[in-house]
Amino acid sequence: MATAAVVETGERENYLNATYGLKSWLLTVDHKRIALLYLISITFFFFIGGFFALLIRLELLTPAGDLVQSDVYNKLFTMHGQVMIFFFLIPAVPAVLGNFLIPIMIGAKDLAFPKINLLSWYLYIIGGTLMIYTILAGGVDTGWTFYTPLSTEFLDTNVISAALAVFVAGFSSILTGLNFIVTIHRMRAPGMTWNRLPLFVWSHYATSIIQVLGTPVVAIAIVLVALERLLHLGIFNPALGGDPLLFQHLFWFYSHPAVYIMILPGMGIISEVVCCFSRKRIFGYKAMALALLGIAVIGFLVWAHHMFVAGISLYAALVFSLLTYFVGVPSAIKVFNWTATMYKGSITYQTPMLYAFAFIGLFTIGGLTGLFLASLGIDVHVTDTYFVVAHFHYVMVGGMVVAYLAGMHFWWPKISGRMYPEGWGKLAALLVFVGFNLTFFPQFILGYMGMPRRYHAYPPEFQVLNVLSTAGATVLAVGYLLPMVYFLWSMRYGPLAPANPWGAAGLEWQTSSPPPTFNFEDQPVVTWEAYNYDEIPDPEEDPGAN
Amino acid sequence: MSDHDSSSEHISSIGSSIAIWIALLVGTVVTVLAANTDLGPFNIIVALTIATIKATLVVLFFMHVKYTHEKLVPLVIVSAIFFLFLLLGLSMADYATRLWH
Amino acid sequence: MQTSPAAVAENHAHDNPALLHHFATEAQQKDAASLGMWLFLAQEVMFFGGMFCAYLVYRYKYFGDFGSASQQLNMWLGAVNTVVLICSSLTVVLAVRAAQLGKRMALVFWLVLTIFLGLVFLGIKADEYAEKFEKHHVPGARFSYHELLPGQEGKPAAEQQYANPRHAEMYFSLYFAMTGMHALHMIIGVGIFAYLAIMAYKGRYTPEYYTPVENSGLYWHFVDIVWIYLFPLLYLIDRHR
Repeated sequence: MATAAVVETGERENYLNATYGLKSWLLTVDHKRIALLYLISITFFFFIGGFFALLIRLELLTPAGDLVQSDVYNKLFTMHGQVMIFFFLIPAVPAVLGNFLIPIMIGAKDLAFPKINLLSWYLYIIGGTLMIYTILAGGVDTGWTFYTPLSTEFLDTNVISAALAVFVAGFSSILTGLNFIVTIHRMRAPGMTWNRLPLFVWSHYATSIIQVLGTPVVAIAIVLVALERLLHLGIFNPALGGDPLLFQHLFWFYSHPAVYIMILPGMGIISEVVCCFSRKRIFGYKAMALALLGIAVIGFLVWAHHMFVAGISLYAALVFSLLTYFVGVPSAIKVFNWTATMYKGSITYQTPMLYAFAFIGLFTIGGLTGLFLASLGIDVHVTDTYFVVAHFHYVMVGGMVVAYLAGMHFWWPKISGRMYPEGWGKLAALLVFVGFNLTFFPQFILGYMGMPRRYHAYPPEFQVLNVLSTAGATVLAVGYLLPMVYFLWSMRYGPLAPANPWGAAGLEWQTSSPPPTFNFEDQPVVTWEAYNYDEIPDPEEDPGAN
Repeated sequence: MSDHDSSSEHISSIGSSIAIWIALLVGTVVTVLAANTDLGPFNIIVALTIATIKATLVVLFFMHVKYTHEKLVPLVIVSAIFFLFLLLGLSMADYATRLWH
Repeated sequence: MQTSPAAVAENHAHDNPALLHHFATEAQQKDAASLGMWLFLAQEVMFFGGMFCAYLVYRYKYFGDFGSASQQLNMWLGAVNTVVLICSSLTVVLAVRAAQLGKRMALVFWLVLTIFLGLVFLGIKADEYAEKFEKHHVPGARFSYHELLPGQEGKPAAEQQYANPRHAEMYFSLYFAMTGMHALHMIIGVGIFAYLAIMAYKGRYTPEYYTPVENSGLYWHFVDIVWIYLFPLLYLIDRHR
């Protein structure tokens, strides 16, 4: 691991070559090294989650349940969901890009609590190890949602180890959020006022609020499930006077805001990328910052829209339906403002910008279909069908994963000191876009036509769309593999990156690529507003263009 | 630099600490007495009100929040309580209305 | 390179071994640590809050049975424990004060007294749990409950209504979950304070640096506040009947 990170950046010392050896990486407190530790870990889990997706799509090629038995299939979609959500989607942007960039963007030497940052990574690894154990021990088949009393009373699979894995990973998330909030409040450089913060930083601030206040509730819900399973308590068991919906309330109180943990950092990335490749400051900076906070807060008010048909009262359903419509408003404001930013901008189409375009379109589709689901009348028909599956994959994959790829390409020169090959970047972006839509758009139709989710067999009339979906997944997989290959290739053979290859605004571009261990040679003092593209010259040539 | 006049500059006087301690003890006694008196539906309200007053005294004086000049710590506390009430309130919006027709 | 007065002050501040490299001044480091502890307490509020939500839901549904079960607890032991924790919060305040004034042995004394009070609390709790075990009020296979609903004592035997044992078991599940989680936090607190006492004895804390004492104190006060709510909610339901 350490030797792969040896880069030839001339004589200049940077965070990658400052010290060598496994111990210098495993015991590091440098936020940039911890970010790379996370990068390796979350990529590993992404491929595990992807492997389960592959098996699911292979089973769904044919209407009959012929590849796996139904109880094995239950394990496949459960493990796919749990691994992807808790070990990839939730940590990816904050723990990799947030960890790396936030101190640099605010002009600090490190996060407020570097040792707690390292602890966060170790907690993630412990949680991940527990999840690997769960998989190797035969998996769990509760659905990623752990619903009771199935998980507490009726299954003899590895529920407790899976729950423990999620619990530990949750504390990793809480500590990361805590670290970010304290850092952003206390460590900003002179002149870096709140109104000059990049929206990437604002997005992580909003995300961290959710992480700190939401995660503990799912933690206690999981503890109660474990206790109930071990001690037969009956808190969620109707036979003993308990209410299964109480678990769902506690679970979704976190798990709905959790989706905003996934998307808000992605939105922060898109703001940075759109401004840079339009050579323009963001349209409506204050509205964008307030929209991030608004999504975080309103996101806590809507959780029971996951429970419309579960047995909550009709009046509660009405309230939550109305609140769910409200949460779409700040997201829509952001889409309008990105568009307005691009209007009359000087647009170029490098890979990060291609992903940003994809994000705006795909996130809009995903978000709008969320409004369909917010409507009680429609939800009754499409809940627990592939319509829901398509909706959340549009926002999580078409939104968050696409934004993550945009961010990885945008900041790769800063992180590695190398340029990735732009032609291959564009090709991979195209494959991801085509593959993604081919995979998930048919699922909207399937769901509308009535195909239920979490079933390993389906009526034959659904086969054509399922085949299209599996074909799309194959294309998507290639699109994901390509960046893995060329990013690694670039670390040895890519052209050296200058400090600011994109001509972008932001303090991270004022320091070398890669940065020195303490981020800056001299303490920055900020005297300019965010996104000051009117003062920044365009990059002289298209860096990394083939 | 984000330099703030932090609450820990304040050194509590022994007198005020003892005064708060006595107030907390009195609150406990009143809670027990009130619980053993029939106040109808007000029993729970009285009990929780006294508990909240006690908690507020601990937060403001023992945890020095009264002596913080910046508003960030009170904001963190209020936010936590607000989100807790969201959890309790909106969950009860379901349970309390289940039997309505 | 940097010769401004602020930079000179910053360089001198780094002569202090307690100041970590990524902070510019001790004040910044102290403020960061304090905010970090408050955020941790905020997440603890939500952690316990989930259990308070469960309690609220079931008390609403099974009020009578909860009242019956609550009366099985020893109110006086609960009240004594409340007093014990309130006293321990006072000793914590006095410990922080001693640290601020540089009084090393006074600091050690108040820290040790806090630990002692914490252990008293845990001892009383253990006694209560043992009693629950003897009366078969621990949820699970050996649970059994045959008690009247509150206010039924005056009625003739044929008309007396009994509490639903399933719902009483629900009460005890929540009782053990909530007080158990609270006790776990107390045990961790006692451990932290034991460490503080050792460090204080070695002279690690001065008026310039007593952040661990102060922030651990915040944690202890929080655990006290949780009990301030647990006591009336668990021990004092419908006591007047």
